[in-house]
Amino acid sequence: MSKDKIVAIPNIPTPNKPVIFNPDICKGCNICVEVCQVDVYIPHPEKGKPPIILHPEECWYCGCCVNDCPRPGAIEFNWPLQQRGYWKNKTTGEVHQI
Amino acid sequence: MTTWHDFFKEQGRAPDWPYEIAYDREQEIETDVLVIGGGIAGCWAAINAARQGVKVALVEKGDTVRSGAGGPGCDHWCNAPANPLSNVDPDEWAEHMADRPFCNGIGIQIQCRENWDTLLEMEQMGGKIRDTEDKYKGAKGRDDKSKLMISPRYTRKHTYLDIGENAEAPDDTLNNVVIRVWGSTFKPALKKECKRLGVKIFDRVMATSLLTENGEQGARVIGATGVNSRTGEFFIFKSKATILSTSGASSIWMISTELGGYSNMLSRTISGDGTVMAWNAGAELTKMEGTGMVHIATGYKHKWYSGAGDASYENVPIVDANGKPVPYPTQGWKDAGAMIPNMETDKAIREGIRKGEYQLPFYGDFPAMPDVERDVTWKLMLGEESTTKIIIDTFNKAGYDESRDLLQSYKYLEGESLPQWFEAGYGGGILVDWNLKTTLDGLYAAGTQMFSPEDHSYAAATGRYAGRKAAAYAKEAGEIKLSRDQIEKEKARVYAPVKRSHGIEWKELHAGMARVMQYYASEFRTESLFKMGLRALEKLEKESVPQLYALDPHKLIRSLEDVSLLNYAKIIIQASLARKASSAPLHFFRIDYPDVDPPEWNKWLTIKQENGEVKINSLPATFWGNMKEQYEVNNKDYSGVYKE
Repeated sequence: MSKDKIVAIPNIPTPNKPVIFNPDICKGCNICVEVCQVDVYIPHPEKGKPPIILHPEECWYCGCCVNDCPRPGAIEFNWPLQQRGYWKNKTTGEVHQI
Repeated sequence: MTTWHDFFKEQGRAPDWPYEIAYDREQEIETDVLVIGGGIAGCWAAINAARQGVKVALVEKGDTVRSGAGGPGCDHWCNAPANPLSNVDPDEWAEHMADRPFCNGIGIQIQCRENWDTLLEMEQMGGKIRDTEDKYKGAKGRDDKSKLMISPRYTRKHTYLDIGENAEAPDDTLNNVVIRVWGSTFKPALKKECKRLGVKIFDRVMATSLLTENGEQGARVIGATGVNSRTGEFFIFKSKATILSTSGASSIWMISTELGGYSNMLSRTISGDGTVMAWNAGAELTKMEGTGMVHIATGYKHKWYSGAGDASYENVPIVDANGKPVPYPTQGWKDAGAMIPNMETDKAIREGIRKGEYQLPFYGDFPAMPDVERDVTWKLMLGEESTTKIIIDTFNKAGYDESRDLLQSYKYLEGESLPQWFEAGYGGGILVDWNLKTTLDGLYAAGTQMFSPEDHSYAAATGRYAGRKAAAYAKEAGEIKLSRDQIEKEKARVYAPVKRSHGIEWKELHAGMARVMQYYASEFRTESLFKMGLRALEKLEKESVPQLYALDPHKLIRSLEDVSLLNYAKIIIQASLARKASSAPLHFFRIDYPDVDPPEWNKWLTIKQENGEVKINSLPATFWGNMKEQYEVNNKDYSGVYKE
């Protein structure tokens, strides 16, 4: 069980995490903040850190933040569970999902 | 740490607003041509106006580099009959394309005459339009000399619907009017060219109203107001000519307090602002009663393209769970590019599912395709189309191999749309003439801002055209004087939500409005329901809008967008009341007027405000006259592809 202090906090908007940042690769250049037309992100107050996802439920899943990121692996798309596509191996019939 | 909640947990506080707050600051910008909306049409308008030697300002709600529906990319340059590989005459093709009910003959003629020149200018700016690396050598439609790639979307007769056996056409009758392009390269190149030409770009600024001479409705448009979505700073633009190039309204019937921008074909920012600004200024609109059903690309349904057959993939056969072919068009060479089955075929598929003839789920049979065609569809088409690059990348990363695996389709699996899920994102818009001038002096419109818009290349060609026409007007226009009174009134309206710290927030207002439209302007349409809807919207306007509150500039923008959407919804109902007939192409079916498309109603209804009163008029179905002649009369000075 988490030892974090429990505070009273409103429910989290859904979907909440359209992308996942890798803080080891992301240098906080904020290009993703700029290419996003709906302002899902704000820059992190500490320079060099990945942006903060402030308005996740406004994401329209255009992908520009990931497509235009100059550091591969710094930001990864994270489809909401209800949008993860399926496919089937034509030979074995095995079904997979994202 | 990535989410707001992570930050809160770690730091025990909310992050500070990262931008300077400047609600009290005001900037005045004087320009010859003002462009509102920096998507595809807006960028082209700004570029071409600047190329005529006038001063240009461009206002964009997001960042011009990737904003708008075409920001992420574009995979087809449609309707380009003037390209050298075309097998049809541009004017004849334009007539053919305009021979559909309620389409825009002016825009189509401009597209067919000028979008090949437009594409060549796109290439000059750095946009990629040819397979220069010979990556797709051997693909059908590729021209080895020019390295242009013709898309199979059209054969001898274009249709979006499966027209059955008639669609079969031998290769020598292909029209060759659609070109595959690498559209993800376009938007950054357009922004760069705007900058090179000295266009003053105002990113993250939402235009909120048009300014008119003496502040009067119906008078000449002489500028606009705007507010910055990050700082809240106020902008006053004084312009000799103004081009509106925002889009339709994407989410009028969609009710969700959590999925504020979710997976729509158009982002949340597409909120009808331009149309409502023009309406308030007294411009005439048309086709506002026309709507569509929500089928794809919302959080309620699976996102477009993530399942073959949703909007269909080019040349991908659709098979059932046992590999049996489903009679779904492949949007390919052999069925005239039909995107969806006709009604009979669709019904047969549905019945077949119930009877066990076809077993769900269906799949896109990518492995069955020749390698090069599969590459073209998966890597080029889906790799370059608006929001689909991220979809194919995600699939491949998760282990999907298009040469081995069938891609699941959601078209039938997820069932039909609920009857109250309508959309107004396409169709209705501002009435324009052969100069793409609206009914107001000084005001022009382009792209999706106009009535009955089409696709990406249509937005580009009409934007470029409007830029040329507005610049010519600006060169001749007399002095202008803004009305301070009009500006002060708008400032009071814009900032009202930030002056309150409690009340109703934007998501609740949006949901309230969507519910009204679902009840009173959806499946069952009749005068009494329309009137109830109008009253309910007016109640929201009177009682809820004055309670809107916004805690920061972002929420302020969303609140103002809701007010646009609410006004847009009211216009839809007012236009709906005026059309006393049903219409299949307008997807408009009334209980009290059940006759579908009676000939006397084959006309445009126009709607505008005059001294605050709603005025309805009508125009003949092809009010634009002879397309070829009218184009030529109005464009004697057209000089073709840009030369520096």
